[in-house]
Amino acid sequence: MTRTTIPASRSTGVVVGPVRATWLSVESHWLWYRRNWRSSAFSTFLGPVLFLLAMGFGFGSQVRPGAATGGLSYVEHLVPALLVTTAIQNANFDSTYAVFSAFKWSKTYWGAVATPLTPGQVFAGQLTWNALRLGASLAVFLAVAGLLGALTGPAVLWAWVFALLAGTAFSAVVVAWTATRRTDSAFNGLFRFVVMPMTLFTGAFFPMSDLPSWTWPLAWITPAWHGIELSRGAAFGTLGPVALLGHVAYLSALVVVGAVLGRRYFTRRLAV
Amino acid sequence: MTTVDLPLVRASGLTKHFGDFEAVRGIDVEVRRGEAFGFLGPNGAGKSSTMRMVACTSPRTGGDLRVLGMDPDVDGPRIRSRIGVVPQEDNLDTELTARQNLEVYGRYFGLSRAHVRSKAVELLDFAQLADRADHEVEPLSGGMKRRLTIARSLVNDPDLLLLDEPTTGLDPQARHLLWDRLFRLKQSGVTLIITTHYMDEAEQLCDRLVVMDGGRIAAEGSPQDLIARHSTREVLELRFAPGDQDAVVPVVTPLADRVEVLPDRLLLYTADGDGVLDAVHARGVRPLSSLVRRSSLEDVFLRLTGRTLVD
Repeated sequence: MTRTTIPASRSTGVVVGPVRATWLSVESHWLWYRRNWRSSAFSTFLGPVLFLLAMGFGFGSQVRPGAATGGLSYVEHLVPALLVTTAIQNANFDSTYAVFSAFKWSKTYWGAVATPLTPGQVFAGQLTWNALRLGASLAVFLAVAGLLGALTGPAVLWAWVFALLAGTAFSAVVVAWTATRRTDSAFNGLFRFVVMPMTLFTGAFFPMSDLPSWTWPLAWITPAWHGIELSRGAAFGTLGPVALLGHVAYLSALVVVGAVLGRRYFTRRLAV
Repeated sequence: MTTVDLPLVRASGLTKHFGDFEAVRGIDVEVRRGEAFGFLGPNGAGKSSTMRMVACTSPRTGGDLRVLGMDPDVDGPRIRSRIGVVPQEDNLDTELTARQNLEVYGRYFGLSRAHVRSKAVELLDFAQLADRADHEVEPLSGGMKRRLTIARSLVNDPDLLLLDEPTTGLDPQARHLLWDRLFRLKQSGVTLIITTHYMDEAEQLCDRLVVMDGGRIAAEGSPQDLIARHSTREVLELRFAPGDQDAVVPVVTPLADRVEVLPDRLLLYTADGDGVLDAVHARGVRPLSSLVRRSSLEDVFLRLTGRTLVD
């Protein structure tokens, strides 16, 4: 009898399950972050705090509590919303330049997919890492706001949950989109024409009712608006169950759409 | 019961298209366990596309492919867990240290922290980077980065190592050091597949190779086989002052089995280089310089593809 065979392997490598594979990818981001966190410390931590000081306390000192602030001081009213806009802004860099670099400049994704990891797992790792990093930076921001006496009570912790959800929804869609970019030229435009307007005109700093009504539908499609509605509503107990479910459903749908597209676009780009 | 070793890689009619472009146009290749196998060819010959298909990072367009007995379309991750890949362009994480690069990569292969820690020490030593272990990768020289990439590809003790132009862009010293490391790997039983456009590299490292051109295989064999089959024993090289060369061609052509006209010199293929040189002088041809040498793979390449290798 003749048996044809591939001789026994001497290799130590094995295929790990999808969850573990995603986690290993997160682990590599964490290792990178531990070495390089200083370079992003200003934009992720200090920047938002300066914003809180300037807008919340500085500008806010000129605003008398009233109907527009729910009877609260301006800074207290601002914090849950600022948490959301901070989430969107922080997610922006991690979802554009950082991802683009791993495709094109450092090419680290290409190294990862030559191992048992799949493009979909590399994507999942990136998105999970972005969400974890957002969660941590928002927690620091909230703690600083607390030290400065800008928090109304424990319900503000809900703002952290919903800001994280809004930031992750934005990140999922943008990471997927970045995987289709061949140059980095569109990232500036995204910041100027999408992220900045989304930060300024979705009700965080002043009521949207002050804006012409034709602008409202533009705000309604942004994760920022849904996040701010949720975050403030939960923090101040003004959110009805229908609105709660609606906003959460919209943001969750964005996460799902981003995840499906991201997996597809990462595979299309990395397995050619 | 007899056991027959299947080839580690077996491709038949393998093709790869990118849109309308046919990068690989139906190749048949078998790589056996323990050998060093080369893909030789100019840029655009389809070497890297072939390598990426074997590495299971690029799906094939057509034909059949088995790597370690498995189909890359079905078992990509399983195959990748047992091979090592040195890509044409380094994709190290340059913001991590050399050691961290090895450890992170090892973890992707499901290896424990303790295992990758000790493996990293061993590989840093192998790559002669022990004194740079905890330095960031960014400022390392090209040769060091290349050695680190090779070390990284060994982190899972692969059954098969794929090296895509391992020494392109390195200085001679760095190349010799790399060749030494690759030779050691071969001695230790690792099967190597190497693409290169350096003839000396192919002659030094490869037991068997194929010459690729335009997505097809032009010839296959050991370096000695190929030279014996496609070239003569010796080559006479004649250099002339610019412009003088063309007039000489008809005079020397009858003297040799074959003449190649290069931009800067003539190559006369013959079994007896010195004899032909005497005959050239006897006809009153006065080259600026002359050289008799043995045939090399470069001559095979010229014969098969009708052109010199270009970067």
